[in-house]
This record gives sequence, structure tokens and C-alpha cells, in this order.
Amino acid sequence: MLRTLRIILGLAIALISSAVQLVWADDASIVLTRLATENYSEIEAGVTALAASAIPSAEAVLNALADSRLSYRLSDKAIFFKDTSGKWIDAATNAAPSEQPTGLKPVKVNNRVRRALDAAIGSMTLLSADPKKRIAAADAVFKSRDVNTLSALDSVIAKETDAIVKQHFEEARAAVLILKPDAPEAERVAAADRLGQRGDQDALALLSSVTNANATANVIAAGSLAAKSISRRLALLSAAQNAWYGLSLGSVLLLAAIGLAITFGVMGIINMAHGEMVMLGAYTTFVVQEIIRAKAPSLFDWSLPIAIPLAFFVSALVGLVIERMIIRYLYGRPLETLLATWGVSLMLQQAVRSAFGANNREVGAPSYMAGVWDLNGFQITYGRLWIILFSLTVFLALLGVMRGTSLGLRMRAVIQNRRMAAAMGIRTPVVDALTFALGSGVAGIAGVALSQIDNVSPNLGQSYIIDSFLVVVFGGVGNLWGTLLGALSLGLANKFLEPIAGAVLGKIILLAVIILFIQRRPRGLFALKGRAVEQ
Amino acid sequence: MIKFLFHRFDKTAAYFIAALAVLGVLIPILNLALPEASTFHIPTYLVSLWGKYLAYALLALALDLVWGYCGILSLGHGAFFALGGYAMGMYLMRQIGSRGVYADPILPDFMVFLNWKELPITWYFFDHFVYAIAMVILVPSLLALIFGWFAFRSRVTGVYLSIITQSLTYALLLAFFRNDMGFGGNNGLTDFKDILGFSIQAPTTRAILFSITALMLALGFIVARAMVASRFGQVLASIRDAESRTRFLGYRVENYKLMVFVVSAAMAGIAGALYVPQVGIINPSEFAPANSIEAVIWVAVGGRGTLIGAAIGAVLVNFAKTWLTGTFPDFWLYGLGALFIGVTLFLPKGIIGTLTARFNSGGKGDTA
Repeated sequence: MLRTLRIILGLAIALISSAVQLVWADDASIVLTRLATENYSEIEAGVTALAASAIPSAEAVLNALADSRLSYRLSDKAIFFKDTSGKWIDAATNAAPSEQPTGLKPVKVNNRVRRALDAAIGSMTLLSADPKKRIAAADAVFKSRDVNTLSALDSVIAKETDAIVKQHFEEARAAVLILKPDAPEAERVAAADRLGQRGDQDALALLSSVTNANATANVIAAGSLAAKSISRRLALLSAAQNAWYGLSLGSVLLLAAIGLAITFGVMGIINMAHGEMVMLGAYTTFVVQEIIRAKAPSLFDWSLPIAIPLAFFVSALVGLVIERMIIRYLYGRPLETLLATWGVSLMLQQAVRSAFGANNREVGAPSYMAGVWDLNGFQITYGRLWIILFSLTVFLALLGVMRGTSLGLRMRAVIQNRRMAAAMGIRTPVVDALTFALGSGVAGIAGVALSQIDNVSPNLGQSYIIDSFLVVVFGGVGNLWGTLLGALSLGLANKFLEPIAGAVLGKIILLAVIILFIQRRPRGLFALKGRAVEQ
Repeated sequence: MIKFLFHRFDKTAAYFIAALAVLGVLIPILNLALPEASTFHIPTYLVSLWGKYLAYALLALALDLVWGYCGILSLGHGAFFALGGYAMGMYLMRQIGSRGVYADPILPDFMVFLNWKELPITWYFFDHFVYAIAMVILVPSLLALIFGWFAFRSRVTGVYLSIITQSLTYALLLAFFRNDMGFGGNNGLTDFKDILGFSIQAPTTRAILFSITALMLALGFIVARAMVASRFGQVLASIRDAESRTRFLGYRVENYKLMVFVVSAAMAGIAGALYVPQVGIINPSEFAPANSIEAVIWVAVGGRGTLIGAAIGAVLVNFAKTWLTGTFPDFWLYGLGALFIGVTLFLPKGIIGTLTARFNSGGKGDTA
């Protein structure tokens, strides 16, 4: 008895469920069939109906239509689409068809259908479980301003618990309302306020399209008020953004110049191969990444921390060799040193070109350096943030070495008075060699950071050498703080001149200003005083 | 005046002038008078190539005047060279007239291409040869005057001066790359047709240009030689060797420096003007700091402070460059780099300087 009942019950369930499926499939095919046509307005209506239906394949179908992957069978108007891997899927069952469909014709879209599609896809994902997708959907509505999504928006706003997502929903709703002539005036004024709070370029563009033709005086007043507050905010934001870019450029200059500040400051030698030390550091990073890619891809995020000491070592070693083989014979002849190190730089460039080729090499960014941190419109790219932090760290570490170690003490003694230092028993040649190695090593570290923002090519160093010299001379030779200040002020000045005068002209103006500045104060911002000056 | 120019003219200088005279006459004759089948025939491209070397030699001479005799290591002499070249290039551009691609009688092609309606004021009068030649000399001199006046008055010396001269040429490089500067931007000026009515491609024109270059080099040498051999030149040398001491003796150091710097810049400008018609193009890359530094090594190879050495060094290094970049392109930069290092370490006086020292000490080796 029990057994019979169970069988009957089972059968009944099976029957009901298959019936439901049948009805559902039937309903689905009616909606879907509307897409199987050449008539664009019919397709547009079909898109809207599909978005409102509960068909499981709806989202996939709409996406397929947007990507031109949707087709229909001429014989029975059944809809098929290719999934992303290129396999045919039957839209009605949302599964692969039993046999390969034939006699297909693609469903075409025009701009109107595309707009309807964007809105439909947007409103469908308003319900997505993923908050990021909901935000993306809200932003899509913000752009499309489709009046049809209003009811959907109202319902999701009421349900939404996530404050940030809710804010995006409300902004999207405001965007729809502000241009809807038949919406109540109070709501439209509130919408203008809402957009004013959003405060970005899109909101400003939207507000400026509120005109006499489509709004009452109150709405226009609220709109222009909001637009003004946005403009003010944007001006402030762009100043802040410029300051940030300037800081970031300044930190790059600091990195490139800081090694030079040491070699130039302590030994008074012009090392024209300094840029090539930076380049060697960048290529070390490249080699480290290549090895990691080949041997241990999981360590990729560690490639930069691994490359930093290696780059320091490689560049310091090359620096040491250059000092021992060439520069030590040229002390006291700064102009000859300049020429010889220029020769070294040419040879290093050619060596790297022979070894790695003349083209740019690809240095990847670890995951923590990719991406943007958006602080309410103020954008901070993680890569730049890391570089600023890194250059400050290097600066402080170097300052620590100069102040706190015995090598630093001896270096400072040699800077202040070479002959006196020698008389006190400091072996100045050793200090010179170590200083040069240290300066070159720091340049190598700079190369690791610069590989993240610049092309890694044999010419990498050349593009920094002139700037680095200007920073060092501007800041004052033999003074690390001067280098810091010089780098940051040059970086900031450059970025604030850029919007006014254009990138190239800004740079030219800056060069002219520095040339004039050096003539006013030939020893830089922080000049050394005393006997060190006349050497 | 003539007497002043040849004051203390020694044998070596006379030989150098004679050699230039022979070169200036012989090469055009070998090119023009002999049939092409002859073994001694010199093809036209070689005439232009050697013309280019001699233009470089004049630049090196100008550089040696300031570096070798006054201790001013300019890493921006390429800027004066290029400015002279641009002035000549602008004259040649305006000579094209309506034979350009767009056939505009006044505007050069690149301006038509940029949709400009009028000739910029900087291009006025450049259709007159005399005006263009005046600009070849005036523009570099004026820049040198302004720059030098600021630099020398505030006593920017040594490596600091080198760095700012380098920034000067770098700034000009960036400026000339801009299209709205009105000097052809990235592409520079090229596609010249004729000079003073003579086709620039014709072998005769090329040969004459070569002779003029040799002549100008000889003239430049004579002027430079006269300057350094005079009392003025002795003050220059004392500035080079002990600037403060010279100042304390009562000489206005900055005026002497400014004078020699301006003369040198004018010579560099003339060199540029001779270079452009023989090479057929001038573009912003002539302003590249690397070019200026390369010119310094020509002087160093030949021997700084010898004048003749600078000219010979320029020809030698450029000859080696042509040969090496043709046969072993990868080795040129190694060679140039090694030259920089080798000369500064082992041959600080350069070829001529070392030879002279040997000669004077009776072959007992150089006295450092």
C-alpha cells in the first residue's frame, strides 16, 4: 500500500514538474520568438519583454544579442546562441541542443535596440547577488537613463541594505528623474541635489542638459546650484589630482637622482653612466621576472622584493668595477670623468642592446600594484602609491646610512674636507669606491621601481640623466634633503605647468627656469658652506 | 689686420692651411674632371661625405676654442650648430617655392599640411640669401650672448656649466619637436631643391659646397689661431688654468669668456649652415645632447687646445663612424665608448697634443 502510494506520488511529482517545465518552456518560446525577426521595433519590444520575464536564459540571451552571438532558425523561429566557448545553446531550454542547429540567421541590432539592450541588461543585473554587479548595473542605468527602469529601481532601492549600492541606485534614479518632464517637481529638485552630491563629470553633464525646454524654473535653479557645487568640487579635485601626480613624478625623480646625489655630492664626479645603472636595475627586474615566470609562477608577486636586493647588487658591482678601473684615475679632473663615464654609458647601452635586443621588454606588475583606489573621485593608482612610499623609504634608509653608520660618518667627513679626512686616517680611496658602489646600487633599486612605470629599453637611463642632474644641482650638491626638496618641487612644478602650458612647453619652461635659477644660485637651494665650496 | 691674423703663424699651421687648400681644390677636380671609369675619380656622394666631415671639423674647432683655451666645457654646442643649420634650412625651404608637393608659392609644404594660412614672422625675409647668412651667424651668437652673459656673470663654472649647457640644448630639442614652433616639427626641413639658383643635387654644386666648406674651415682656423695667439688668448689660457687668480689680477674674466663663447657659437652656426645643404636635411635630433657630447670627443681625440687636433679628430672619428656603422653596426657604440674612456685615460692630450709633446722633447716620450 505504502509502496503504491509512493509510486503514485513520485509519478505525480514527475508529471507536475514536467508540466511546469512544459508551460515554462512554452511561455519562454513565445517571448523568445519575438526576437526572431528582422523588424527592429519588434526586437526592441522583445528585449524589454525578455528582461521582464523570469526566463533563466534571459540574461545569457541578451548578452549574446549584444555581442552578435544570437541567431534564429528560419524554419520554426527557435532561438539559439553561441556561448563564450562557441558552442550552440538552445535559448528555450538553456541547454545544448541534441543536434547541431541548421538554417540559422543572425539577429541584427541597430542603435535603438542596443540602447534597449543596455537598459535591459542593466535592470536585470540590478537584482544580482554580487554588490559589484549591482553597482555596475546602477551605473549602466545612470548612463542610459531609461525611464522603463524606474519601477525596478524603486523596488530595489526599498530592498537594498548595502549603503554604497543604495547610493548608486539612488543616483541612477535621480539621473532618470531629472530628465523626466512628467515627474513631480519636488522629486526632480531632490534629484538635482542628489546629482550635486555625486559631484562628478557625468553628473555635471547631466545637469547641464536640464533646460527650459524640459524643466520648470525651480528644477533649473536647483540644477544650476548643484552644477556650480560640482564645478567647484571638480576644480578642487583636479588641483589635488595634479598635486598627487606631481608628488608621484617628484618621487620618481627622487629615486633617479638620489644615487647621483651621493656620488656627485661626495666625490664631485659627474657620472654620466648613472642612468645606465638605473637601466641595469630595470633589466635585473626583467630577468628576475622571466626566471620566476619560467620556474615558479606562483612567486610572481614576490618578483619585486626579490629584484630589489639583486638590482642593488648588480648595479653596485658594476659601479665598483667602473670606479676601480676608470674613475679612480681621474679624480680631480671632473670634466674628463664626465667624458669617460659617458663612454661607459654608451658601452653599457650597447651591451644591453646586444644581450636583450633594442625593443622594449615587458615587465609585469604584481597584483598589489595594479588597480586604482577611488577616493570619491580622487584616484590613487596603487602602483604610484607604492613608488612614492618606496622612494621615501629609500631616501630615509640612505639618510640613516649617512647619519648612523661608520661608512656614513666617513663619507660625510670626506664631503666636508677631503684632505682633513685623509689626515685623520680615513682611507679616502676606499670611501670613494664604496660610495660610488652605494650610489650605483641605489640607482639600481630605482631601476626596479622605474621598470613599473616606464619602458624597459636600453635608452631608459638616457631619459632620466638630464633630469637627475638638474634635481641634484637644483637641490644643492652634497645634501640629501636638498635632493628631496629639489625632486618634489620639480615634480610639482612640472605637473602644475602641464595643464597650463602643455606637457612639452611646460618642460621647456621648467628647464629655462632652472637654468636661470642655477645662475642666481650656482650652488643650488642648499649650498654647502665653508671650504668644501671652492674645490 | 692681415698681419694680426697671421701673427705667430708657425709651420704646422701653414701645413694645415696648405693641406686644406689642396683638399679643397683636388677633390672637386677629381670628382668633376675625371671620367667615372677612372681609378682616381671620386664619386659625388664621397664629396658630400667629406664635406660633412669638414663641417664637423669646423664645429670641433669652435668647441676647442672654448674648451681647449678657456676651459669652458660646453655640452650644448650642437645647439648652435643646429640653429645655424636651421637658418640655412629655412632659406633652402623658401627656395623650393611652388615646386613643393602642395605647390604653394610662399608656404613650405609642412605649413600647408598643418593648414596654416600665413608665413610666421620668424620666416620673413628668409628668401634672401644675405639675410639667411646673417641669421646663421646672428642667431647662435645672440643665444650664446644671452646665455653666456647670465652664466659667466654669476660665475657658473666647471661641471655646472656643462650641465646647464646640456639642459639648454635639451630644451631646444624639445621645443623644435613641437609642430607649432613652425620649424617643421619632428620631420625638420628637407627636400631642398636649389641654392642661389643652382640645383643642390648637381655634382658641380656639391663640389663647390665642399670647396667652400674647406675654405671656411681654413678661415675659422686662421681666426681662432689669431685669437689664441694674441694677448687676448693668453688671458683666456690663464682663465682656464686659474680663473680666480686671473680675476684677482684685474681682468674682467666674464667678458673674456663671453667674447670667446660668442665667437665660438658663431663658428658653430656657420658649420651647421655648411652641413645642411650637403646632408640635405636638418631635424630636431641635431639638438640631442648626445650629439654635443660626441663633438667633445672629437676634440679630445685630436687633442684639446691644439685647434688642428680638433679638426683632425672630428674627421678621424667621423670617418671611423661611417666605416664602422657600415661594416659592424653593433660595434660602433662600443668603439665610441672605448674611445671616450681610452682617450681620457691614456691620451689626455689627444693625438696631436701627444705628437707635439714627443716632437718637442726630442722623441723621449710625452711629458705629462
